[in-house]
Amino acid sequence: MNLIPFWFIVIAILWTGFFILEGFDFGVGMLHDIVGTDDASRRAAINTIGPLWDGNEVWLIVAGAAMFAAFPGWYATMFSGLYLALVLLLAALIVRGVAFEYRGKQDAVRWRRSWDVLLTTGSLLAPLLIGVGLGDLLHGLPINSSQNFTGSFWDLLQPYAVFTGITLVLICLLHGATFLCLKTTDGMRNRSWLLARQVAPFTAAAVIGFIIWTHVSASTTFFLNVIELLAVLAAIAALWLVYERREGFAFAATTVTIAACILSIFVDLYPNVMVSSTSHAYNLTVHNTASGAYSLKAMTVVVIVFLPLVLAYQTWTYYVFRKRVSVSDFRPAVPSPGATPAQKPAPEAAAPPVRPGS
Amino acid sequence: MTSTDLARAQFAFTSINHFLFVPITIGLAVLTALLQTAWHRNGRDEYLRLTRFFGTLLVINIAIGVVTGIVQEFEFGMNWGAYSRLVGNVFGAPLAMEGLAAFFLESTFLGLWLFGWDKLPRRVHLLTIWAVALGSALSAMFILAANSWMQHPVGYVMVNGKPQLNDIWALFTNPVFVWGYAKVLFASLTTGAVIMLAVSAWQLRHRGDREVFTRSARLALVVLVPAILFTLLVGDELGVIEGRYQPMKIAAAEAQWTTCQPCSFSLFQVGGGNNDHTPTKIIAVPHLLSLLATNHWNGQVTGMGPLQSQYSRQYGPGNYVPNVFIQYWGMRAMAYLGALVLLISAWGLLLVRRKKLATSRLFLRVAVWGAVLPFAMNTAGWLLTESGRQPWIVQGIMLTKNGISPTVSTTWLWISLIAFVLLYGALGTVDLILMLRYSRKELAPPRAETDLDTPVPAVQY
Repeated sequence: MNLIPFWFIVIAILWTGFFILEGFDFGVGMLHDIVGTDDASRRAAINTIGPLWDGNEVWLIVAGAAMFAAFPGWYATMFSGLYLALVLLLAALIVRGVAFEYRGKQDAVRWRRSWDVLLTTGSLLAPLLIGVGLGDLLHGLPINSSQNFTGSFWDLLQPYAVFTGITLVLICLLHGATFLCLKTTDGMRNRSWLLARQVAPFTAAAVIGFIIWTHVSASTTFFLNVIELLAVLAAIAALWLVYERREGFAFAATTVTIAACILSIFVDLYPNVMVSSTSHAYNLTVHNTASGAYSLKAMTVVVIVFLPLVLAYQTWTYYVFRKRVSVSDFRPAVPSPGATPAQKPAPEAAAPPVRPGS
Repeated sequence: MTSTDLARAQFAFTSINHFLFVPITIGLAVLTALLQTAWHRNGRDEYLRLTRFFGTLLVINIAIGVVTGIVQEFEFGMNWGAYSRLVGNVFGAPLAMEGLAAFFLESTFLGLWLFGWDKLPRRVHLLTIWAVALGSALSAMFILAANSWMQHPVGYVMVNGKPQLNDIWALFTNPVFVWGYAKVLFASLTTGAVIMLAVSAWQLRHRGDREVFTRSARLALVVLVPAILFTLLVGDELGVIEGRYQPMKIAAAEAQWTTCQPCSFSLFQVGGGNNDHTPTKIIAVPHLLSLLATNHWNGQVTGMGPLQSQYSRQYGPGNYVPNVFIQYWGMRAMAYLGALVLLISAWGLLLVRRKKLATSRLFLRVAVWGAVLPFAMNTAGWLLTESGRQPWIVQGIMLTKNGISPTVSTTWLWISLIAFVLLYGALGTVDLILMLRYSRKELAPPRAETDLDTPVPAVQY
């Protein structure tokens, strides 16, 4: 069996999995400051993804590492070509990841508001930049005969690539808003739904525009292929379901939308992995960038054993944290017997604790 | 500066910083898991309070360890494109395995551990912290397998001038990997234990809960003494193995220009470096270098001069001598600091036996400041390993200067270097502030007897 197409599929799946999962994390990160009107509600928004975002982000790491292992030529050209975009992406991912962990570690208002800004900015920039990068793969970059990128930073910002980035940001926003509808209560839930209603038309329009642009620039047939069609239908369905306020189905629809958009890039790319705008003879393909047969075979065993395992324990994680997050959990400790204030020692704890019997 | 210098400076800067946080994660994860296991087994509330206390410190560090790890993965493609293209089909495999088999485990179960206190049965919740510890240790395993391949390439054949993997198991039975990984594990346990000891010592000095922090100090010492001892012993054997495959690295670590037999070890030297071939060696211990480098009393160590001429014949003209100053002092800083940690820990253990640990003001002061030692030791060790491989990026297969991305300009390299320095500087400062603040926090008060069976509240952002 030829493992080269198999590994292209694995990488497409990893990128798709990344956007399905981290997509709503990006959305929640962008929206937490809008949907949250005070510190308690912002914390509630962040805690809807608290236990999940870190495991979700690993999908990106694994997608990158899988490209390195299976298609070293692709990895080398893409990462050195997208250089400055990736520096920005790394900065965005770093401040965003740290913001989750550090925001709640101090009480000062300035401290928390600063991390809010960083979380929002990082969550916006990350899907935008990844979108630009993925768009560039399909639309072509100046690449020479020895598979090296020869352009400048501005070559990355071609209209199609930028539009791909914007589309992904809009899908993530809607995906995050529908996720918040499912994971919050009362006022938060309503505000999330209102936000979803405001974003949905723009998302649907962007997805339709993106699919048509993708189809025109990469395909020779007149009709859309199945995946492209699915993306368009799912985006329209998401819009309708948001207006009907069918929260569960709306989230399912945004999931399909984001998955189909990412997959359509990879489907339209194959068998190329990076198009050269210098000459189509220089296109990077699955065949001229792939690893040796033995490496692919060894990696196949690993992915077949571990990916199902990962899916199993990540699914379990989602099951464990299935409950909605309520803003009241984050209000400063009011003397109600059932409340569990977040690890704040009571003022009288300032005195050295006395152990009974010592 | 040339592109190669800039790419190297950037990789050195980001990986040294990354490895400040990684050993804390690996070591402190195991120690936190031990504390929680103790709580699980004997149900005593103080172990729970310690678990939460040190768990918070663990989480503050994991955050930075994780995000700086992403940079490492991207850098191979960004700065070392030619390298990635040439060796990706060998070197990429352990990296991808790391993501699938280790990093997923660590990250997913960290979320389960933090947020799952009140949602999981206690036994299952205990397993999640062990999964975090296992994930971080496995992660280091795959990375070390990849790194060891650069030191001593195995399990491949050359096809059209490109190494092609033909035996994945060879990567994990590579002697440089086996001993190098053991050393990283022990050094990480050392780092975690030193941190736990330092924090406990600070608390004991400043009227923290004496009984509880004496417990954590004792646990730290019980882990620390064997950990540092094995770090030094394994490190010694690793030196012998590296001497076999990378004789230049070991010769440079001793500033040994001529071949010697038997060879003495100098405690320090005056002068030296790549241009001064006759430094003044102070206090030469006879036979010690032979013993360290070959395990034989009268072992022969080939000097850098003969190795240079041998490599020039074998690989063509060029300079095959690494930076001797870094090698010589890196080796000594690592070994001396390690010995110092061993002494401090032995002193601590003695005080534990005499039941004077909590009252010895001098020891507590030393233990607090001892926190910096493992970081200096780890950094010196990596400088020795990585700088000693130069001028090779993969020993014998590719020179570092041929590994860079050919079309990445020096402007881009400067921009990214400055960006990372600023970003890491800010992050490091914030991390340090939070670490100090949370290390000095008062321990959570004991729970009322009636609360002991209710679920422990989850950690929340």
